[in-house]
Amino acid sequence: MSDKTNNTIQNVDPSKFRFVQKDAKLHDMKFETKPVGYFKDAWYRFSRNKGSVIAAMIILALMLFAILVPMFSRFDVRYSDTHYNYVLPKNEFLAQYGIMDGCKDFSGYNQQLYDYYSSIPGAVVEVYDSYEITDAGRTNTYYDIKMDTYAKVGYATVALTKAEYEALAAYEQESGRQVMYPIVDKTKIKYASYQQDINVWYLHDQKGKAVYDENGNFQNIFKKATDSDIEIGNVMQVNEYGEWDENGEYMVKKYTSKNDGNTYETRVLYNEYYVYQHGFEPCFLFGVDSFGKDILVCLASGARLSFLLSISVSVINLFIGLIYGSIEGYYGGKVDLVMERLVEILYDVPFIVVATLFQIYFAQKVGTFWSLLFAFVLTGWIGIAGRTRTQFYRFKGQEYVLAARTLGAKDRRIIFRHILPNALGTIVTAAVLIIPGTIGTESMLSFLGIVNLQTGNTTSIGTMLSAGQSSLSTYPHVIFFPAVFLALLMICFNMFGNGLRDAFNPSLRGSE
Amino acid sequence: MAKYVAKRIGLMFVSFFIIMTICFVLVRLLPNPNVAVVGGMDKQVEAMREAWGYNKPIIVQYGIYLKKVLTEFNWGITTSLAPKYTSVVSIIAQKLPATLLVNLLSIVVSIPLGILFGIYAALKKNKWQDQVISVLIMLLISVPSYVYAFLVQYIFAFKLGWFPLVLKSGTDWLSPEMIHSAILPAMSLSFGTMAGLMRYTRAELTETLTSEYMLLARTKGLTGAQATTRHALRNAMVPILPMILGEIVGILGGSLVIESIFAVPGVGKLYTLSISVRDYDMFLAIAMFYVFIGLSASILTDISYGFIDPRIRMGGGKNNER
Repeated sequence: MSDKTNNTIQNVDPSKFRFVQKDAKLHDMKFETKPVGYFKDAWYRFSRNKGSVIAAMIILALMLFAILVPMFSRFDVRYSDTHYNYVLPKNEFLAQYGIMDGCKDFSGYNQQLYDYYSSIPGAVVEVYDSYEITDAGRTNTYYDIKMDTYAKVGYATVALTKAEYEALAAYEQESGRQVMYPIVDKTKIKYASYQQDINVWYLHDQKGKAVYDENGNFQNIFKKATDSDIEIGNVMQVNEYGEWDENGEYMVKKYTSKNDGNTYETRVLYNEYYVYQHGFEPCFLFGVDSFGKDILVCLASGARLSFLLSISVSVINLFIGLIYGSIEGYYGGKVDLVMERLVEILYDVPFIVVATLFQIYFAQKVGTFWSLLFAFVLTGWIGIAGRTRTQFYRFKGQEYVLAARTLGAKDRRIIFRHILPNALGTIVTAAVLIIPGTIGTESMLSFLGIVNLQTGNTTSIGTMLSAGQSSLSTYPHVIFFPAVFLALLMICFNMFGNGLRDAFNPSLRGSE
Repeated sequence: MAKYVAKRIGLMFVSFFIIMTICFVLVRLLPNPNVAVVGGMDKQVEAMREAWGYNKPIIVQYGIYLKKVLTEFNWGITTSLAPKYTSVVSIIAQKLPATLLVNLLSIVVSIPLGILFGIYAALKKNKWQDQVISVLIMLLISVPSYVYAFLVQYIFAFKLGWFPLVLKSGTDWLSPEMIHSAILPAMSLSFGTMAGLMRYTRAELTETLTSEYMLLARTKGLTGAQATTRHALRNAMVPILPMILGEIVGILGGSLVIESIFAVPGVGKLYTLSISVRDYDMFLAIAMFYVFIGLSASILTDISYGFIDPRIRMGGGKNNER
């Protein structure tokens, strides 16, 4: 039987064979289109999602903001000038068009307040309205005004050394700008509240209302140098260092300081003095907070810290979670059981407790930033590990893994070269979403004061929010910029994350 | 089912115990500010430290602590916080009503609204109403609650003056003035919950609306509204109800930030305070309170799945047997 079949097949003359498809065209030999890989497909789907692309761009812009602003700003976080507390956002270019000119509207100012501010050069920009209200038989005038918050700073007393004073006097000569103003005769201040006020230089009555001259102008109460003054020590050498104006008033008071040498105490218009010191007009794009710090640079530094923290947390969590989840998912069984119990216990500890304990324990030893980083890492990787584990359960039984194992691939190779690349998409998405979560929690903790990141040249958005909260009603701009920044960042990250998730979702492949 | 519930509760206590042990050891290893008082300690602190065995090894300390907690439910006394040397449990109990009031208000508003908007969005899927709600969900979910709190406080309390700035002080929890002043904090709390529910309801309902039994329901003559309420909605509620249950247990914990912004004298505020003044017994007690709430919320969620949908057998083996 077998011999016979052998005979029939093997003894056929080879020349009788012919190729079945020698010239026929095979249609399934080659793809007509280019093959689209997983990541290419994901990229294609992501770029089709306009919202996510825009969100990604905004995130990039915010990151650039955080990196570049502290590099190019005139100020840094340490900078603080309490004279400019709460001044409003101002931009020299936009101010020409009436936007962000650092002005604020005030209404219902009485005569005293109106006099007070209109005596400061440039403070009252515009009087919208003045009206009289008669109350209990008295008629009072009230004003609605537009005030320049920068000019409102007014005068200040500064103590200079002789060299500094002479340099300032030379600067005045050279630039033609008046910085120093005459000192006020305190004995002529009648209104008790004005006794310590450096701004008041005009004649007023006992209620603080200005007494005008016949032309409606303020009358000054500058201190006149009398002979007796000159005899008393404090203005002894007024001819030498003081400057007399044509009325015999002098601008500088000299007294001997307790330490050594001489100090010149002079009264300056602070804005002008600022220009003299720094070489540019005071101008803060986002305004100034309650500590006299520039909000723009503080916000950028806070954002820098937030980005640095959240991205490091995300990367570390991704790393730990991937390894942990891979081992759990790949080996399964008892290994999985034991490792899952550990995860369960860690997962049940509320983050706020972890953060607090780390803060109390390590903040002094390794610094707040690191202790916060550790706290985030301690439980943060669990989400990633869980995801990785599920992905491994999904892929490890598939034929291609079996094929790889048959070909002799070791565990490590199967995990890292075969299963992980397939699972990477969803895991990366989860890791990206850790970033906004970390930023939100970090600003919450620093807002509550559980974590204090305000040291030296760093600050945090949460600290800025809590500082701005007290002035929410009067100066909302202090809290506005950090709040908007945080909100924008969160929205963009969530949109970006959603886009990534859809892009990496294989079931959506080819659906668009 | 009973076996599963018992197993879950048993495991919960194991977790609770382990976390408590870790926290206890960590907290007791901290330097105690009361020891560092110049000129010797307060006599009462001294007595307390003796009674609680502070001078013994840490395992003995933990034994004493556990014994007091288990037999007398005594979690220690305050050492730095305002009414000094009072029982921690009584202070937490005092602070609970404020937290409960604000959170209950927020839940009462956010759950119905969240579900309603979710249903509406699902019914109008891909129309402009749905788009608007989706954008709203995105905004409300992404932006942290304290940013809303500032916004709400600024607009409704400062600009419009409709509500007081912070929660009214006093203990008349159900008086109209108190509830009036609790509206703003409740509002800021409810946005997040509401958005979460909206998103979830929308997703679940769109899925059930397209399922085959809906087609069958329509085929047998039910109107669109009937089919939606009787079939789609009921099935969509299966995963939503456990989520709500979890939320309700979670309200006990309150929100640290909202309580701080609106000066709510609640548990969250107490917790923040206990950290800043280093009142460790208080800190430990509230931390364990939070752990307990978290654990029980997750258990309740899991178990309720089984009750709401009999097809789900929690913890069943591979044959899905009971």
